[in-house]
Amino acid sequence: MPFSAQPPASGEPYVLTASLDNARHLSSLLRAVHFQDHATCFATANGLRVTVEDAKCIQANAFIQAEIFQEFAVQEESVTFRINLSVLLDCLTIFGTSSLPGTSTALRMCYRGYGYPLMLFLEEGGVVTVCKINTQEPDQLLDFDFCSTKVVNKIILQSEGLREAFAELDMTSEVLQITMSPDKPYFRLSTFGNAGSAHLDYPRDSDLMETFHCNQTQTNRYKISLLKPSTKALALSCKVSIRTDAQGFLSLQYMIRNEDGQICFVEYYCCPDEDITEAEM
Amino acid sequence: MRFRAKIVDLACLNHFSRVINTIAKLAKTCTLRLTVSKLYFILSDKVANGGVSMWCELCQGNFFDEFQMEGVAVEHNEIYLELVPENLSRALKTAQSAKAVKIKLTNKHCPCLRVAVELPSLSSSSRIVTHDIPVGVIPRRLWNDFREPSVPDFDVSIYLPVLKTMKSVVERMKNLSNSIVIEANSNGEMNLKIETDLVSVTTHFKDLGNPPWTSEDGCQSSAQDRDLESMAEARIDIRKLQQLLAGQQVNPTKALCNIVSKRIVHFILLHEDVSLQYFIPALA
Repeated sequence: MPFSAQPPASGEPYVLTASLDNARHLSSLLRAVHFQDHATCFATANGLRVTVEDAKCIQANAFIQAEIFQEFAVQEESVTFRINLSVLLDCLTIFGTSSLPGTSTALRMCYRGYGYPLMLFLEEGGVVTVCKINTQEPDQLLDFDFCSTKVVNKIILQSEGLREAFAELDMTSEVLQITMSPDKPYFRLSTFGNAGSAHLDYPRDSDLMETFHCNQTQTNRYKISLLKPSTKALALSCKVSIRTDAQGFLSLQYMIRNEDGQICFVEYYCCPDEDITEAEM
Repeated sequence: MRFRAKIVDLACLNHFSRVINTIAKLAKTCTLRLTVSKLYFILSDKVANGGVSMWCELCQGNFFDEFQMEGVAVEHNEIYLELVPENLSRALKTAQSAKAVKIKLTNKHCPCLRVAVELPSLSSSSRIVTHDIPVGVIPRRLWNDFREPSVPDFDVSIYLPVLKTMKSVVERMKNLSNSIVIEANSNGEMNLKIETDLVSVTTHFKDLGNPPWTSEDGCQSSAQDRDLESMAEARIDIRKLQQLLAGQQVNPTKALCNIVSKRIVHFILLHEDVSLQYFIPALA
């Protein structure tokens, strides 16, 4: 299917068209969920959601609201397709990843619908790159059924408090254990690696703690290899909310401010590895 | 056969190091040809290189404060050495703040280039770090293998885009495909294209300008007669192109390429004191 270097005028039969003055607003968020090659894109009038899953235990979602885009039009109720996220990121960052002040890559994205490739038109400094990325049948996505009514424990922390901890997690430990409690130790991250166990405690009255709503003592373990990619989202974010439900399912929600000060969200859901009740501790 | 040279000026030394670093990125092993006035780093187009060839020329006077060369014979006053440029590059890394660097061809146990780096020291006597780089002396009967390649009868000659942009684009494309198509016309337009089952990406450069070439009889080359918009193209190994672009540590004064459709792409990168030609053959 031939295509020209000119982006299509509006009125063309594209089910999804979007324009972004600064492609980094999209690429940096997608990098925060890039731990598998494939992602499912879901677009509605509200915006774009990109989902990545692994091992049927972890799911990451990046949300880019329609307001972030200079133009965002979806012709059907929703548009869904599966795409190679590594390829998409290479295309979005075709002009490089370093952010020189005053320069940015402009992006126009078009999708004709089921069976068609995703078209990207990127421009920087008068140079235009056109990409055509094949799309696939969307996968059935996991439904963690995580809703606010089922939340047992919730804290909101400033990300700077957690960044170092996550960057230095003992990766020889198979699990990351998270304890949340109305009593000491309040909020504790633990690893059990070759060199021994490490515990990092955050007091409830710490400056970094914005919200502390813990009703029940819960200790849950999560496979550390599955959670480690969330460090990318943490690095970009200013705040993170950590919530668990009665089954020990974990929800991490990251509030990310982009270069223009606009807010976007990335969330990670993770199944617990084992349940350890207070009695067993 | 004798060779001795010395660099005392720090700027010349750093410049020379940068040239060697670039060569080291382009060739594992290459030929160093020494004449009275010039140094050449040559890679000839053997199958082992993937058909790539390189010709890099420096005027010794622009780099060395002292330069003495006596070739294999009076009527053949040149020396051809086979060396691993990475070894020379590593030796020069220790010379970043050197007082002087001396290079000498020696043959104690086997032929070597002895690089002696004189470093500043607090005491009255200098510290000298010596590197012996093994080299192979190339006999005169093989010198014909290393002749200067001629400029091919190209279809299109065009100035390269800003190397930084070209480098970013090619680096990303390298993640997506093993081969890349370079196409250009005599209207200053160049496209870089990759196409696989998963994705196709094309980057369009405009207003690059076409260098004016005159043929030996003084007329403008026949390249001007062809239709300005018609593209010449070649599909080449993307890693070879990426190596060439990644090796450029300083922006060249002039950068251009000559394309022989479906045969070869000839890159010419000119700096003030150094000229580098790099030939990448088209893939079958």
